[in-house]
Amino acid sequence: MSGSGGSPRALPWALVTPALAWTLLFFVLPFVAMGLSSLTAHEGGGFTLTNYSQFFTDPSYWRAMVNSLQVTAIVTVISIALAYPFAWILAEQVPERWQRLALMLAVLPFWTSYVVRSYSWLLVLAQNGVINRALTGIGLIAEPLQLANTRFATVTGFVHFFVMLLTLTIFANLKQLSPSYRKAAADLGAGPVRTFLHVVLPLTLPGIMVGAFLTFVLCIGDYITPQILGGNNELLMPQLVMMQIGRRGDFPLASALSIILMAVVTVAYLACARWLKIERA
Amino acid sequence: MTVRNPLSSLKSRLGAACAAVALLAAGGAQAADLNALIWCDHSDPALLQPFEEANNVKVNVKEFEGTGAGLAIVDQSQPGDWDVMVIDSIDVPRGVEKGLFEPLPEDKLPFADLFPEVKMDKSTVVDGKRYGITEKFGYNTIGFNKTKVDPADMQSLASLTSDKYKGKIAIYDYYLPVIGMAALAIGKKTADLTEADLPALKAELLKMKANAKLVGEVTASQTALATGEVDVLVGGGEWVTAGLAKENPALDFSIPKEGAVLWSQSLAMFKDSKNKDMALKFIQYILSPEGQARLATSSCYWGMPSNKKAALTDEQKKILRFDEQPGFLARAQAYPAPNADLDKKMQDMWTEMLQAQ
Repeated sequence: MSGSGGSPRALPWALVTPALAWTLLFFVLPFVAMGLSSLTAHEGGGFTLTNYSQFFTDPSYWRAMVNSLQVTAIVTVISIALAYPFAWILAEQVPERWQRLALMLAVLPFWTSYVVRSYSWLLVLAQNGVINRALTGIGLIAEPLQLANTRFATVTGFVHFFVMLLTLTIFANLKQLSPSYRKAAADLGAGPVRTFLHVVLPLTLPGIMVGAFLTFVLCIGDYITPQILGGNNELLMPQLVMMQIGRRGDFPLASALSIILMAVVTVAYLACARWLKIERA
Repeated sequence: MTVRNPLSSLKSRLGAACAAVALLAAGGAQAADLNALIWCDHSDPALLQPFEEANNVKVNVKEFEGTGAGLAIVDQSQPGDWDVMVIDSIDVPRGVEKGLFEPLPEDKLPFADLFPEVKMDKSTVVDGKRYGITEKFGYNTIGFNKTKVDPADMQSLASLTSDKYKGKIAIYDYYLPVIGMAALAIGKKTADLTEADLPALKAELLKMKANAKLVGEVTASQTALATGEVDVLVGGGEWVTAGLAKENPALDFSIPKEGAVLWSQSLAMFKDSKNKDMALKFIQYILSPEGQARLATSSCYWGMPSNKKAALTDEQKKILRFDEQPGFLARAQAYPAPNADLDKKMQDMWTEMLQAQ
C-alpha cells in the first residue's frame, strides 16, 4: 500500500464513528436503562414483570393503546386523503415558477410553535370559538357544539400538522416521477383516470408510505396534542406514560409502557418496510 | 414475587447522573447556593428576588408536581443536593420515614402566628419533632361563574352530578382532592377512607365524569372556567378564582354544606443540606409577613397564607376571603392520606374514571 499511512478501510469507520458514538450514547444506553427500569419494582427495586402484566390485565391501561391506535389510524387516513390531492395540485397544476412559493405557503403552519398551534385550535373549537359562533350566527345550530376537548379536536389538531408533512413527502415523490411514464400510458391508450390509477398512484405509493409511517410514529407518541385538545376525556398512551411519572414518580411502569409503545411502532415499521420492498421489486 | 435485580445499581447510578444534570440545569448550582425543590408558586421572581438580594444568595429551583414525583427526584439525587422542599403537609411523614428531613427549630419560626387549623401537627410533627411548617393553604371545592350558575346550587356537592349542570362542568385532574370531594359527597370522612370505600367512590366519580366536559390540569381547567367553556370546576377554589379576580370578577368559589377538601403545603429542610443556615433563613423569609403576602399572590396561583399576619392589602384579603376563613376551616377536611397500596388503587381508579365514556 501507499506510504501515506492508514488503511483505506479506516476512513469510512472514522467517518461513521461520531454518529455511532452518538447513537450508542443517546439511544442505545438510554434504551437499555429504560429496559432495565421496566423490569424493576417501583417499591423495593427488585426484578419483576408486574409492570408489563399490569398493562395487559388492566382494561383502562390497554384501552389507552386501543385509543392511540384508533386515533393514529384515523389521523393517518384523513391526512393522506387531504395531502395527496393537495400535493398533486402543487406538483401538476401549479406553474413551475410558483411551486416553491406555493409549497412554502403550504408548510407555513410548521413555522409556528406546536403548543401555540394546539392552543389556537382550542380557541377555534371552543364553545365560544370561531366555528360555534359562525354556526350559531348563521342559524345552523341553536346551541354550541362540543368540539373542543373531544377526540374530534385531537384528530383535527393532528391532521393539521400531518397534512403538511405528507404533502412534502408525496410532492417530492410526484416531482421525481418521469413524464415519460404518463406519455407511455397515453400512447397505449390509457385516459387520465386510468393513467393515474394504474401508473401514477402505484409509483407514488412509496412516498405515501414514508409519510404515513412518519405520521404513525409521530402521532402515536405525541403527548401535547391530546393533552391540550382532548380534555382528558380519554387517555392515549403518551398521557398514560406521563401520568406514571408525574403522579407517582413510577419510572418502572412508565418505562414498561414506553417499551410496549416502541414495540408497536417497530411492528408498524416492519409492516411498512416489507410492503415498500415488495413495491420496489 | 420480587428478587434482587443485579443491574439495579446501574439504574440508580444512571438516575443519579440524570438528577445531577437536572440540578446543574436548574441554575449552575454552587455550594453557597440554595437548592430548592418547589411548586410553581415559589418560582415567581417577585417572591425569590427580595430574599436573594437580602442574603446575597442564588436560589436554584426545580419545580415538580405531586409528592411521588418530588420524592423520585430526591431518590435520584445525591445526599446534600437539595436544601429545602415544598411538600403536601399530609405527606411530610413520607419524607421523615425516608430519613430525608431535619427537625425545624420551633422557637425560630412564627408558629404562634399561624392559623391553628393548618398547623397540621398530626402530619408535620413526628415523634415529637416538627419536620414541616405550613406555608400556604386553600380549598379544593367548587369554583364557578356566578353569572352562569345559581350560586345556591353551589352550596351542595349534589349539584355536581345533577342533570342541570351536565356538560357545564370541568374536573380538576388531581386524584386526591377530587376523590376527597367524592368522599364528602357520599358522606365519608376523607381521613377514614379505606379500600372498602373505593366502589362507592368510583361510582360517584363516574357520575361526575358523565356530567363533565373535560378533566384538566391546572392551566386547562383554569382556562376552561375563565373562557366560559365550562361554568363549574370540581376541585377549584381560591387557587383558581383569586388570581383571575381582576380580569373576571364573576368567578367565585363556595364551601358547600358537605364540606371541602383542605389543601396545605409545607416547607421542610433536608437533613443532608450543606447550607442549613441559609435553608432556615429561606423558611423564615417565606413565613414572614412579607414573604407570605408574596407567596399568597404568586403569579402561578394564589392561596391563603398560613401566617395570619401576612402583609396583604385589603383588596387581596377580600379576594382571598381572608375574614371568612374561620368558618371555612371549620367545615374543611384534610386531603385523603392513603398508604402506598391504597394510593396506587386510587390512582388506578382515577385512570378508569378518565377512560370512562
